[in-house]
Amino acid sequence: MATIEVNGQTIEAKPGEMLLATLRRAGIHVPTLCYLEDLFPSGACRMCVVEVEGERALVPSCAYPVRDGLKVKTHSKRAVMARKTIIELLLSNHPDDCLYCERNRNCELQKLAEELGVRRRLYVGEKNNYKVDASSPSIVRDPAKCILCGKCVRVCEEIQGVSAIDFTKRGSHAVIDTAFTQGLNVSSCINCGQCIMVCPTGALREHSHIKEVIEALEDPSKTVVVQHAPAVSVSIGEEFGIRPGTDIDGLLAATLRRLGFSRVFETSFSADLTIMEEASELAHRIQTGGTLPMLTSCSPGWIKFVEEFYPDFIPNLSSCKSPQQMMGAIIKSYYAETQGIDPSGIVSVAIMPCTAKKFEATRAEFTQGGRSDIDIVLTTRELAQLIRMRGIDMKSLKPEGADTPFGERSSAGKIFGASGGVMEAAIRTAHYLLTGRELEELKVQAVRGMQGVKETRVRIGDLEIGVAAVSGLINARRLLDEIRAGRRDIQFIEVMTCPGGCIAGGGQPLNQDPDVLRARAKALYEIDRVDTLRTSHTNPSITRIYDEFLGKPLGEKSHHLLHTHYARREVML
Amino acid sequence: MNRALDDIFKKFPDAKRDSLIPILQEVQESQGYLSRDAVVEIGRYLSLPTSKIYGVATFYNQFRFQPLGHYHIQVCRGTACHVKGSLGVLDAVRRILKIEPGQTSRDGLFSLEVVACIGACGLAPVININGEFFARLTPDKIVAIIDTFRKEAKKNEN
Ligand code: SF4
Ligand code: SF4
Ligand code: SF4
Ligand code: FES
Repeated sequence: MATIEVNGQTIEAKPGEMLLATLRRAGIHVPTLCYLEDLFPSGACRMCVVEVEGERALVPSCAYPVRDGLKVKTHSKRAVMARKTIIELLLSNHPDDCLYCERNRNCELQKLAEELGVRRRLYVGEKNNYKVDASSPSIVRDPAKCILCGKCVRVCEEIQGVSAIDFTKRGSHAVIDTAFTQGLNVSSCINCGQCIMVCPTGALREHSHIKEVIEALEDPSKTVVVQHAPAVSVSIGEEFGIRPGTDIDGLLAATLRRLGFSRVFETSFSADLTIMEEASELAHRIQTGGTLPMLTSCSPGWIKFVEEFYPDFIPNLSSCKSPQQMMGAIIKSYYAETQGIDPSGIVSVAIMPCTAKKFEATRAEFTQGGRSDIDIVLTTRELAQLIRMRGIDMKSLKPEGADTPFGERSSAGKIFGASGGVMEAAIRTAHYLLTGRELEELKVQAVRGMQGVKETRVRIGDLEIGVAAVSGLINARRLLDEIRAGRRDIQFIEVMTCPGGCIAGGGQPLNQDPDVLRARAKALYEIDRVDTLRTSHTNPSITRIYDEFLGKPLGEKSHHLLHTHYARREVML
Repeated sequence: MNRALDDIFKKFPDAKRDSLIPILQEVQESQGYLSRDAVVEIGRYLSLPTSKIYGVATFYNQFRFQPLGHYHIQVCRGTACHVKGSLGVLDAVRRILKIEPGQTSRDGLFSLEVVACIGACGLAPVININGEFFARLTPDKIVAIIDTFRKEAKKNEN
């Protein structure tokens, strides 16, 4: 332990850690713009500067290792002035669009300008007239609002291993861009939205589809149905001041009905379906010597990643569609059939914690007779926006249940929202399928938690298989490289694009606090802990849909509706 | 074309990131510009994403990403030329051809490059088109020069 003095007060520090970490632990707030937890500090923005006794210049606290006896002033006149000047300079060519900006009241630049008391424009710089890139179905880039903090570039490269974007040009012309300034839609971008999550301004945002939803809801000739993903009910409350980690499943269903959706389905139900198909596929591959390791296919960013960077692993991808797309396929077939509705009159909306789901919904693979299975995808954030627009006070509503025939889900389908959840749910069902017996302990602790790589070995009868759950595609990259190089001890791999899984998806409320993310995951596992229906194969609604409609897992109808295949994708890598 | 790239790569046997700029220079030297294909190949060779290579290449003014036009116009922006009004000359070229430095006109006829002093200060402001110098320019003269080249191209076509 080291002891340092900050603003006259003595605090404990761990030697070698960066000063910023010490300050944060002690509850001393120093603003940052380019700092990213767990990544090497880039020291680019200099917002975090503080005065250290003995140092002539101000030092960036995010990149300054602590040592014993340090004397620090975090809010001296000099430090505060320096920060204020940085903000004033950043604002010199800023569009000042706050009233029209997606990040209004939730913008770090705006917040800092306010905190530092910026009240007039001191510097006037030439405004850039960059074009907005709205080519991607998932992400909109608006470089005019970019303050060049570089966080998006680093996340894209260091967390996701994609590097779709980088700094280009220099000086006052510097701008974040794709290779050859092509649209994001034709770049290697996998639509994960993690860049949005770290962007301090409105320079990155999701491609909004709120207008389309409103139009559909106002069109009397349409039946507008909605599904919501497992991770949404444990995060959307944060947008309305509800404590992080609170599951508001029932309020969410009630709210969606108030908004005018005629049916509210839970994607967790089709997650159960995914498990039936995927566990059967795994069992089949193991029994028949099929391609292993099998890789999960629920996360559309990951799918695009494989198509682009690891096409040699396409045969390893499970052929199962994602839960969103399974639900979509079922709604416009089974549901339409049983309700006597023409599928062309259905608008199928999905509320997702994910920006890549918007892209997924547009894929040609997921159409029937030229019609998309999913018509519109909203992120958790967009749904919150829609709820605010409609003036609905969620907290005053009474919880309601989801609609049948897709109402009942098992809690296995709910834990999909956390990294390791698909794996755990699949193990539960695969064990039953391969041995005819239930697992003694349904909880698979080794694949729970926020770590980027979780590996373990699982006994299924006389069989022992190696499994891994990874999230953050840089981790997937490392694992696939090991497998390419000859690693053979893993048979089943769950990959989630976003670090920690969907609870931390690119469409979620803009909160990157690890405690908040953990609380969201905990809420999902708590649902699983108390639920009485904890395996997909024992879900009576699942049994019914197979009896009435699908036949059996991997059967003819399943094959047609619930499975797909992928192909190599040519983009500039 | 890949053969040509391979020959260049051979000169940089243990490919490292610090070979990037020399490789980009050689490729531009031999192909006149950095094509998408070339950047993809360089990326494969150096294990670098194309966004990074493009980022580095755009940092320097020397690289271009479109093939040279039939007539390559270099506008001198050295001190002497600047004093004698080279900015107006540059603006005239940009306006007439509707291209920016580093770009090539759609018909492929003209490309534009801004260069530092080309050592013809006595002729300032000066431009160089395919090796030929044009001296003491004014925007009006630029119009005439470009017109002449357009006509020449037409004639050659017929
Ligand atoms: S990015 Fe922030 S500061 Fe800029 S216009 Fe939007 S809200 Fe205002
Ligand atoms: S959405 Fe993901 S892949 Fe695309 S630019 Fe952002 S971080 Fe990179
Ligand atoms: S787009 Fe956002 S995250 Fe990326 S550099 Fe600009 S301000 Fe930073
Ligand atoms: S946060 Fe420390 S330099 Fe940007």
